[in-house]
Amino acid sequence: METAIKIKNLNVFAGKTQILHDINVEIPKNKITVILGPSGCGKTTLLKCMNRLTDLYPELKVSGEILINEKNIFEPGADISKLRQSMGLLSQRPYPLPMTIYNNIAYALKLRGIRGRRKQSILVMDYLRQANLYEEVRKRLREPASRLSIGQQQRLCLARGLAVNPDIILADEPTSALDPISSRFIDEKFQEIKPHFTIVVVTHVLRQARRIADNVIFMYMGEVVEQGPAKDFFENPQEEKTKSYLEGMFN
Amino acid sequence: MYLLNRQQRHVVNYSWMLFSLLIIAFLPFMLFGGLYFKSFLLLKSYTLKDLIFSHSWHPSRGEFGFYPFIVGSVWVTLLAIIISTPICLLTAINVTQYAKKRFLRIMHPVIDILAGIPSVVYGVWGILVIVPFISHYLGPWFGIQTMGYSILAGALVLSVMIIPFILNIMIEIFRTIPTELKEATLSLGATKWQMVKHVLLRKALPGIIASVGFGLARAFGETMAVLMVVGNVIKVPHSVFDPGYTLPALIANNYGEVLSIPQYDSALMFAALLLLVVSLFFNLLMHFFIARYNKY
Amino acid sequence: MKRTLKAEETFFRILMNLTTAIILIILGIIIYSVFEKGMKALSWEMLTSVPSGGYYYGKGGGILNAIVGSLVLAIGATVLAFVIGLPVALYMNVFLVRRKKLVNLIRFILDLIWGVPSIVYGAFGFTLMVFIGLQTSLLAGIITVTLFILPIMIRSMDEILRTVPMGLSEATYSLGSNKSELAFKIFTRQSVSGIITAVLLSFGRAIGDAASVLFTAGYTDNLPNSLMEPVATLPLSIFFQLASPVPEVQARAYASALVLTVIILIVSLFSRGLGKRYHKTKINF
Repeated sequence: METAIKIKNLNVFAGKTQILHDINVEIPKNKITVILGPSGCGKTTLLKCMNRLTDLYPELKVSGEILINEKNIFEPGADISKLRQSMGLLSQRPYPLPMTIYNNIAYALKLRGIRGRRKQSILVMDYLRQANLYEEVRKRLREPASRLSIGQQQRLCLARGLAVNPDIILADEPTSALDPISSRFIDEKFQEIKPHFTIVVVTHVLRQARRIADNVIFMYMGEVVEQGPAKDFFENPQEEKTKSYLEGMFN
Repeated sequence: MYLLNRQQRHVVNYSWMLFSLLIIAFLPFMLFGGLYFKSFLLLKSYTLKDLIFSHSWHPSRGEFGFYPFIVGSVWVTLLAIIISTPICLLTAINVTQYAKKRFLRIMHPVIDILAGIPSVVYGVWGILVIVPFISHYLGPWFGIQTMGYSILAGALVLSVMIIPFILNIMIEIFRTIPTELKEATLSLGATKWQMVKHVLLRKALPGIIASVGFGLARAFGETMAVLMVVGNVIKVPHSVFDPGYTLPALIANNYGEVLSIPQYDSALMFAALLLLVVSLFFNLLMHFFIARYNKY
Repeated sequence: MKRTLKAEETFFRILMNLTTAIILIILGIIIYSVFEKGMKALSWEMLTSVPSGGYYYGKGGGILNAIVGSLVLAIGATVLAFVIGLPVALYMNVFLVRRKKLVNLIRFILDLIWGVPSIVYGAFGFTLMVFIGLQTSLLAGIITVTLFILPIMIRSMDEILRTVPMGLSEATYSLGSNKSELAFKIFTRQSVSGIITAVLLSFGRAIGDAASVLFTAGYTDNLPNSLMEPVATLPLSIFFQLASPVPEVQARAYASALVLTVIILIVSLFSRGLGKRYHKTKINF
């Protein structure tokens, strides 16, 4: 099994409180890895470390290594734009850009360096189809994205995330704000595209984890308690904390 | 398609941003430095005490006593604040605690328009309404003969001008007081008025004081409207019906004609410097006052 | 006890309604008196011609010089302030997002210079002119008024830009955007309505202020035709005409005040209307 992301001795402090303790994790390539745990255990922070969105928060101090393709992303001189482009982000609630539906995706294409209206237009349609959104918005591509429903907005963000042509997809509870149909679509989409991407999903919903995970990282209070293939994790958990969580003690 | 590539555009944007920021950062120092430099000629030959406390203003004889102007400014400003503070306070309580939500939506454009009306138009209004009102009604009522152009006229016009400014801050302050606190007080059996008196006003007091302080700073520098109705007589006023002269009016009325007397020119710049210092001082004071209170 | 309390509340409620009414009535009186006096003297000729010989003794002509002058000066200053102000506001909210203390210091400085009276800017502008060897002119007026409206413009924009949610920045960065792209492409679009309001607010201040242009822009009976020549402005034309002993000329001052008031009212209406219109591309979070 090939490793896509390797996290070594990662510590994160918010001011004086430590929110991530000595994280050592390997995320396998072309699989769905679910980061599971109760709210406030540092899952989202761990995810944001991976594309260095932690840079935006002055109070966060990060130390340790995250290796992607053998390169440490925290190394000075690392190309952050490139790094972030190699990962598509799907956040808890959709953040469409304040532009038209079409331009939301065209903008991502432009940043990827794709020029030429024809080429862009073909790709925009293609990504909209991949996100199962094309039929719904075909006639309103020039409308502002703010007019879409939340479910549609999240699928637009998925299409936009795919449009940067990433290797990795980071999803932070991507279905928590969505209706059941849109949620199911996102889950199924992950299954469908996983041969081509490494997918990391943060969730606190056990059912969702069981449904989609190939590999599980269980976190509690800023520490990784247990990690491993989903089958082993759910059927034969090693740690006491994992067992009680699976029995529903924390929720 | 583009003249520059992404990286180059980033560099251009970035440099322009930094350049603009530098202009802003240096502006207060440039203001102070420029005015100080120009008023240096005056400060060199007179002591600060002479300038501020001397009564005689005869530029051609080399006498520069700013006392009448300072007193005029202080009278007009304080009177205006005394008139507008209770009006603003009561209205702010009314609008935020008693009136319907809809009413606040009417009040916002009213405040915006009052704040947007230019100073000169307030001056015109003062000449049309306030000045005749004082000379025909208010003056005779007190048994005083007056033209109407007076400290009182300046203060009345000024009080209207700062109403939108103070009212706006007060409304914002009352709105930031958490509903839970008000509800908790009401649920103890207090009436609405008791809640306003004992909780709302006490909690908002630092903010109220600050809003008045900011209003004071603003009023002190107001030029055109006051200039148009205050009478412009260089004399220490003894009653509110006396005409007076204010510092901003001194600058506005005389600038441009004075270049022939270098000291006179310098004196006007000194007046501007005084205004700047007073404005900065009050604003600083109020900012620190708020910062201090917000800690608790 | 209960009864005195009730009486107290009733008393203060009456007082409150009274003060609220006073404010509304004062606004009514201002608008009414300016319109009533102004309409009498206002004529088509006043709006469409420049002062002819003897205008200031009551003969023919108009204030077109001042209307056009004010518009040109205010537009010039607003554009210049926008070109300097928008980057500063963006810089504070995109580039300095990690430096909270520094941003607060800049806000503090801006608030301080916002409070500086316009006559001080006028005096400073004049000093600056003498220093760089500029005559009273349109250019000098524009520079002075720009300095005067800069803090207003930046702080109003800043208040809007700081409400842009962090998630939008994260989403944009994760597409590989750099900071200036985030600033100029995303923040500006998200805040269009607020930016327009800020610009119109500054424009209103620029066109209505007299004290800052008194010694810097000068006055002329001609239409503005060069940056280096003096320019007439509406507030000053009101001021000068009022100072005339001739009743006809004073009446014209009232008419000019009406023109200025109407311009201000239109700007404020526009800012409400346009603000709403451009609200639609904004994403509501």
